[in-house]
Amino acid sequence: MTKTQQVMTINMGPQHPSTHGVLRLVLELDGETVVNVTPHIGYLHRGVEKLAEHKTYHQFITLTDRLDYLAPLSNNLGYVLAVEKLLDIEIPKRAQYIRVLLCELTRISSHLLWFATHALDLGAMTAFFYCFRERETINDLFEMVAGARMNLSYIRIGGVARDVPEGFIEKTREFINTFPAKLKEYETLLTKNKIWMMRTKDVGIISDGDAINYGLSGPSIRGSGVKWDVRKAEPYSSYEEFDFLVPVGKNGDVYDRYIVRVEEMRQSNEIVRQALDNLPKGRYMADAPDITPPQKEDLKSSMESLIHHFKIVTEGICPPVGEVYVSIEAPKGELGFYIVSDGTKKPYRVKIRPPSFVNLEALQKMVVGRLLADVVAVVGSLDIVLGEIDR
Amino acid sequence: MPEDSSVVEKRLRDKFPNAILNLKIFKDELTFYIEKDSILEVCRFLRDDEKLAFNFLSDLCGVDTTSLGESNSLEVVYHLYSIKRNHRVRLKVTIPASKPTIKSVTSVWETANWHEREAYDMFGITFEGHPNLTRILTPDGFEGHPLRKDYPLKGRQPDSLRKIYRKAEE
Repeated sequence: MTKTQQVMTINMGPQHPSTHGVLRLVLELDGETVVNVTPHIGYLHRGVEKLAEHKTYHQFITLTDRLDYLAPLSNNLGYVLAVEKLLDIEIPKRAQYIRVLLCELTRISSHLLWFATHALDLGAMTAFFYCFRERETINDLFEMVAGARMNLSYIRIGGVARDVPEGFIEKTREFINTFPAKLKEYETLLTKNKIWMMRTKDVGIISDGDAINYGLSGPSIRGSGVKWDVRKAEPYSSYEEFDFLVPVGKNGDVYDRYIVRVEEMRQSNEIVRQALDNLPKGRYMADAPDITPPQKEDLKSSMESLIHHFKIVTEGICPPVGEVYVSIEAPKGELGFYIVSDGTKKPYRVKIRPPSFVNLEALQKMVVGRLLADVVAVVGSLDIVLGEIDR
Repeated sequence: MPEDSSVVEKRLRDKFPNAILNLKIFKDELTFYIEKDSILEVCRFLRDDEKLAFNFLSDLCGVDTTSLGESNSLEVVYHLYSIKRNHRVRLKVTIPASKPTIKSVTSVWETANWHEREAYDMFGITFEGHPNLTRILTPDGFEGHPLRKDYPLKGRQPDSLRKIYRKAEE
């Protein structure tokens, strides 16, 4: 690239609204053109992986909420599936369906927040209010099942914490029946909006080959036309029983990633509908006495269950010696958990493969040579969460 | 993927008869223990081979195995995935904790760049040939490598870190 003027270095973040948290970018600019960008991360580093080595397997679930705090249930699920693979236990169908149902609601919730902030970054204010209105409804649903709105810790080793409460099914159905119309409403604001298209089309392009090379995953890689979704490729938690499409883009620009995410919300909505229609009856927690605690309602009537619960909580569980890597399709991409067990009640090593961390790495590839204003669009289109990047 | 594992093993053994030190299958997950000096060639072969096509590096991390037995060594673990063939494999390289160096695979997958920086940050593993091997999650001037087993869970960083920030403020 030919330089016309002196290169200027400016600092963006870590307290910049459009960096979605505490991301700091050091930009080298030639006029308005980006010559180089260096992301500085780690402001939110809490040593989650170190803490994992000092917690029992059950205790660590609450820390996973705080990775991608916009999609806590997906993190719960990824970790719990890894532990369950180590332990080799069968999860009841009802629990699997509840997990799918809630994880897809999480995906909608996460994508709604992405939609809201991405549009806000590029100057569209209304979308923000619309999306937060619907996200509020989803948070209310979460509150019904888990008692919390953000850090749910609802998915547990062996199943889920408790059965879905009375009225939840009806409320969720009400939501998914109205949501497609709402989604259409959002799309009228942006999808064919001239300004939106000018800001996002042919911006931040990454080819399919580069996307694979840089390890992108989730909507970010599918925007480049790579049809890879962990839910389809390696189905977990009964995803093979659900009927849904995997939307892909073509050009790998900001606009295509936008289209992919919007379509994903529609698909997730249908998955939730299927999960509600076919929700099996039965236990919500596996019946494996030396691993899982008893179901909540048994505690009130049976002394043995209370002792059982006490033993599981105080003594923990000891999976066999070995190692597993399990990945799931989180809203942001491939979320992997690599757990090494030495046979004691605490994991020997937990490595988290956060999708945002890897996706952010490709930022440089996408923005160098583009305008400063495009950086904001590209960062928004990668949908990063610093909680899981810094861990 | 057990039915697949024999194919991976055969092609790898044919190409690198001396590089595979051990092989393990646990819960249907295939792990190869690779000899330290051949890791770069093995990775490149796994990526480029038509039948295997491990074009996607899912994850790369370090593991401190000093508390597992008497080995006094670290491990570098690679999780490879093939989007084309939909299969996975895990590679492991054991390196001595006293001199933890290994070749970088950034020339094979760009994504290894940050993963290797993280492994350097957390375990002090030096990746030879890495374009920019600096700390990534901990601040400049941080002392020690937090995920090593001998690094304490609680405590404070020495004053040196504070001095660095003072200097920056002045």
